[in-house]
Amino acid sequence: MDNFIELTKLMTPAILIPLFPLLGFLLITLFGKTLKKGSGWLASAMILASFICTVYIFVNLPEGQSLNFTVFEWIKWGDINLAFGLLIDPLSLVMLLVVTGVGFLIHLYSIGYMHSDEGFSRFFLQMNLFIFFMLLLVMGNSYLVMFIGWEGVGLCSYLLIGFWFKKDAFNDAAKKAFIMNRIGDLGFLIGMFFMLFYFGGLDFTSVMIAAQTHEKGSALLVTITLLLFIGAMGKSAQIPLYTWLPDAMAGPTPVSALIHAATMVTAGIYMICRSNILFALAPFTLDFVLIIGVATSLFAAIIGLKQNDIKKVLAYSTVSQLGLMFAALGLGVFSSGMFHVVTHAFFKALLFLGAGSVIHAMSGAQDIRNMGGLSKYIKITYITFLIGTLAISGIFPFAGFFSKDEILAQSFANHKLIWGILSFSSMLTAFYMFRLYFLTFNTQFRGTDEQKHHLHESPATMTIPLILLAALSVVGGFMGLPAAFGSAHVFSRYLSPVFEGSVSIMGAEHHLNHATEWVLMGIATLAAIVSIIVAYNIYISKKGLPEPDAEVKGFAKWVGNKFYVDELFDMIFVRPLMVMSDIFFVLVDKLIIDLFVNAAAWVVGFTGRTIRLVQTGNTGFYIFAMVISIMVLLYCQLVDPYLYVYFK
Amino acid sequence: MEQVIQHSNPQSWYLVLSTILFSIGVMGVLFRRNAIIILMCIELMLNSVNILLVSFSAYAGNSEGQVFVFFIMVVAAAEVAVGLALLVSIFRNTASTDINVLSKLKW
Repeated sequence: MDNFIELTKLMTPAILIPLFPLLGFLLITLFGKTLKKGSGWLASAMILASFICTVYIFVNLPEGQSLNFTVFEWIKWGDINLAFGLLIDPLSLVMLLVVTGVGFLIHLYSIGYMHSDEGFSRFFLQMNLFIFFMLLLVMGNSYLVMFIGWEGVGLCSYLLIGFWFKKDAFNDAAKKAFIMNRIGDLGFLIGMFFMLFYFGGLDFTSVMIAAQTHEKGSALLVTITLLLFIGAMGKSAQIPLYTWLPDAMAGPTPVSALIHAATMVTAGIYMICRSNILFALAPFTLDFVLIIGVATSLFAAIIGLKQNDIKKVLAYSTVSQLGLMFAALGLGVFSSGMFHVVTHAFFKALLFLGAGSVIHAMSGAQDIRNMGGLSKYIKITYITFLIGTLAISGIFPFAGFFSKDEILAQSFANHKLIWGILSFSSMLTAFYMFRLYFLTFNTQFRGTDEQKHHLHESPATMTIPLILLAALSVVGGFMGLPAAFGSAHVFSRYLSPVFEGSVSIMGAEHHLNHATEWVLMGIATLAAIVSIIVAYNIYISKKGLPEPDAEVKGFAKWVGNKFYVDELFDMIFVRPLMVMSDIFFVLVDKLIIDLFVNAAAWVVGFTGRTIRLVQTGNTGFYIFAMVISIMVLLYCQLVDPYLYVYFK
Repeated sequence: MEQVIQHSNPQSWYLVLSTILFSIGVMGVLFRRNAIIILMCIELMLNSVNILLVSFSAYAGNSEGQVFVFFIMVVAAAEVAVGLALLVSIFRNTASTDINVLSKLKW
């Protein structure tokens, strides 16, 4: 009973968490013009308030407990009763801490980054709206509430990618992201219909209970999970729906850091973790998730090797890392996937913000071929970026090492080939990240004199988030020390109540003996170091530079052009659609629809042309018509009352 | 108890008079071209209705009809004022009061 009272006390702060950003959004929408630069601080303060509420709940929520309550009755019709409820459990708390914590740092950073932009207030109101929807996505206690957040973040992503809407290319990128996400969302939506129809509800608890009454691996469960995974594919940029993410880099860099690296793109992983029981009951889907994840991880890593735009490299590394997370989910080690989500949020947000700082220093230039030697000019950015690069490459003891190693160890226990591919893509990651790093910060500056003159460190609002995120990237991994280090895995133990169900369905995780784990860690680190040395050799010792686009030949050209996937999609989907539209335009629209429309217009016109002849302009005629009409009416009334009634 | 009023003339006389006046008015409106005469004919029609109203009012012992007549007179006066003003204006523009001259508003 005490416990119950304690939990109800947490309901108010739980409701407040999403309300703060919503309030910020409304205030800036209404008073953005008056607030001017203050809107950035207001927006940041709102996220900080949410973060404080989250921490309060995190501290006060008894271990192993969850808070699941209805905020208001929503859709009630016949047997369908869908309430709007929130769920706070370890899984959503982890996401909440990441979203509000990293979100706050990125808001703070944006104050400096966007300071001279004319859309300053608009930027912050959209960012706050995004955080609101993201929190809804994470906190919802049913698929429907999650879906609202899911669609909302998609909308905000669209708005923020196309933030500089005066450039057509940016608008195209925004539309591409939106449409690709819609494809995934349709899968999610149909999955929800299935669940509503067969399970009778959409809240997580009842769905999971209902799902367990079905046989493991039954067609229904596989269908539902596949549909949900299609949703996750779109949102989390997996093959084949990944092409929007690199294009999404058109948005301002803080947007890339917040939406397209740290939070929104991990929504798919969160969703699968949330439905872990459902997925555990559908082994076929898990295998599919594994294959897609591994393939994406490798494919994106290869493309990353040949990108020359600082943000594009990071974008492909994000796709690759997301693939790694999906591989973890496919292996059934949900907590490892979540662990990588968290560490990835730290170091990828750091890398993107660092890239933003570089772009800021370079007055907007993004091509790494024109950078170089920046370490002398922007010290803080340089050091923090190095930490981020080390973390993503999986060098001990940075955050990425632990989470990546955990997934690799699990894949080794499951299948050697998968381990091989994932290790290889990690190696590639280390290589292209250090390629990026060396080209940006080392050797000589290759830009114009004007840019060189302008090089400067970013203001404190930008460097402080960098330093904090760098600190998190260093220590973030220690919450998930592997068993071989002899200490308990704090992170997975914290999440264990959420994944109890799936563990009991799939059986306990494979446990490697410690010797194997040590060897695997050794191999992973060695591979990363070898990649770094190779990168050093090419880009520092030999002062190698990526060739201009025109001179790239052979396989490298394929890679540089992203394997022509965009062109392929263009050929398979866009062009046929265009041709079909043309055909329909000529056949259906012009011939059939226009025929009816024009015929209707012609009839009206003809009638008008005929009847207007009555308007002779002759007053006498008008009077005559009037008198006759009155007489007719009178006649009708006096002689035939029924006719009069009829006329009336 | 209703008070019975003796009338010297049968009501039909008034009805006939009214009908005759009204018909004259209609015919005038229909067949004359002079706008002033048409206006006068309209007045004739209005007044024929007034006679009708008054006679019915008297025969039914009900004063409502007579009150109504006053309203009609007021409206008719206003209407004549507007109508004559229009006519003056038309005459200034066309130097004529013939309604058939005003045939520009047509298809």
